[in-house]
Amino acid sequence: MSYQLVLRIWRGDSSGGDFVHYEVPADEGEVVLDVVHKTQALFAGDLAVRWNCKAGKCGSCSAEINGVPRLMCMTKLSSLPAGRAVTITPLRTFPVIKDLVTDVSFNYEKARQVPAFSAQPDQPVAPFTMYQEDVERSQEFRKCIECWLCQDTCHVIRDHEENKPHFAGPRFFIRYAELDMHPNDGLDRKKLLQETQGLGYCNITKCCTEVCPEHIKITDNAIIAMKERVVDVKYDPVVKFFGRRRAGREKRGS
Amino acid sequence: MAGVVTLARTCRLAPITLTGLNVGSDALPRQRPHPGNTAAGRSDGRPGPGPAGSARPGRRRGTSHAGSHAMTAVTAERPAGPAKARAAIAPRTLRLDKWWKEPAITATILISFVVYATWAAFKNADYFVRPYLSPFYSPCLASICGHARAGATTVHPPMVGLFGPWWAISPAIIVLIIPLGFRFTCYYYRKAYYRSIWQSPSACAVREPHKGYKGESKFPLIIQNVHRWFFYLGLLLNGILTWDAVEAFHFPRGWGHAGFGTLMLVVNAILLWTYSLSCHSCRHIIGGRLKHFSRHPLRFKLWGVVSKMNTKHMQLAWVSLIFVALTDLYVRLVASGWVTDPRFF
Repeated sequence: MSYQLVLRIWRGDSSGGDFVHYEVPADEGEVVLDVVHKTQALFAGDLAVRWNCKAGKCGSCSAEINGVPRLMCMTKLSSLPAGRAVTITPLRTFPVIKDLVTDVSFNYEKARQVPAFSAQPDQPVAPFTMYQEDVERSQEFRKCIECWLCQDTCHVIRDHEENKPHFAGPRFFIRYAELDMHPNDGLDRKKLLQETQGLGYCNITKCCTEVCPEHIKITDNAIIAMKERVVDVKYDPVVKFFGRRRAGREKRGS
Repeated sequence: MAGVVTLARTCRLAPITLTGLNVGSDALPRQRPHPGNTAAGRSDGRPGPGPAGSARPGRRRGTSHAGSHAMTAVTAERPAGPAKARAAIAPRTLRLDKWWKEPAITATILISFVVYATWAAFKNADYFVRPYLSPFYSPCLASICGHARAGATTVHPPMVGLFGPWWAISPAIIVLIIPLGFRFTCYYYRKAYYRSIWQSPSACAVREPHKGYKGESKFPLIIQNVHRWFFYLGLLLNGILTWDAVEAFHFPRGWGHAGFGTLMLVVNAILLWTYSLSCHSCRHIIGGRLKHFSRHPLRFKLWGVVSKMNTKHMQLAWVSLIFVALTDLYVRLVASGWVTDPRFF
């Protein structure tokens, strides 16, 4: 069944912009990206939109639909309020290039700051045996498609641009967690994460988890886990005491 | 007619020429690659799904939807320098749903609890009726708990009197710091009150009203890291409240009797244990801190159990919070004579 859908798309660039209304023919079962493409084809050939796989796996078509950060290719029109205009804006946290396309290079700058996997001195770099239970733990974090929705929704940088230089963001907290939980990784990233990458800025309001299209439990399984690991090395006297004793025993043993 | 799109990429790639009018998808690169990464790759080096064109050999890039439409050529020039300004969108949020509902309900319940707990803690009366002791006043550490102790057959003798007659205010103040500290620093409650009371943020993608933000990286909120300490103390307190629940079977006519108050105290103790054991700190201590699950099979199994409980931590937090207040209220009503405790056996 076909019907007319009103789209409100933010159009402009870094110098300014505004909402433009389009009345687009929509069909049952369509997603937001479909009607954006129709708008492009029928009314606004110069509308800039980034997309790729149309299957929720490439993370390209991130935008804010009715104010909520989502993937356009995975948002069914039937899931939006019926009879109301659908508002589409670019990701608010990043500088806009044109229309719905933003400059997400901030994330790649942060990616470069993550120390790479570093095998423990007494372990081979590869290959090594990893058991399923150890693999499963970081497997969840490997599902990340880097759509940057978590980075976009995080209020630490969304509402406070000034925090960007010292805040890596949820996507990279899961990367740090993944490496820190790797059985063969020998680098200690806890203090680095707390002192230079802004783990302490996170106040665990779980918005990153809410918007993740891969349903990664970013807050529970990565951020809080890393906060607890930081507590181990910085704030817990009991763990510190037993850690020192264990280290002493190992030293005497060696 | 297919358009021709020329891009001036600011990255370390040569300028590319694309056909088609799909300016948005291919003309503007998916992401700006960094050294060692390709445009279609992930930031951690994993391969991405690849550009749409390359996934479909024989199909021209960028003609996915609009290729069937005859359109004029479109040229998009990427700005020479990186764009720095965000999209100028004035409203605080564009959300259409009732995003304010959840924080409003949360704030109402939290404030109601704080008001009730403060009143109950400072009341300093009606907290004991044999054999029930209100969880707000247990253990009684001050000597002014004497009137509570007098009627009991067994009440925490090693504890009572730790704070002498110089302690003039309600003895509840001494012990309440532990459960309140545990809940205040709890990861779930932090989310609840940061959203509902501190509005930081009120809901996802809703602009917060504060000008500056340092989160838990600086004083005073860096103190939240003491959660682990309150967890240890909370376990101790749970043990005492469990003993209180056992004591609730000990009526003046002997052991093995139970009333409605007994049921309240037992359920209260169970809920407090489940809330404490499902906590993120517990999950971490049990097994989360391990690098090798495979070398610690028992701890791995326990971690699995706590992780399952942890998924219900929010529900347990609310249920145990409300129930502890209801238990105090019940003991208070029975102690003041407003309600007669029904006896089961």
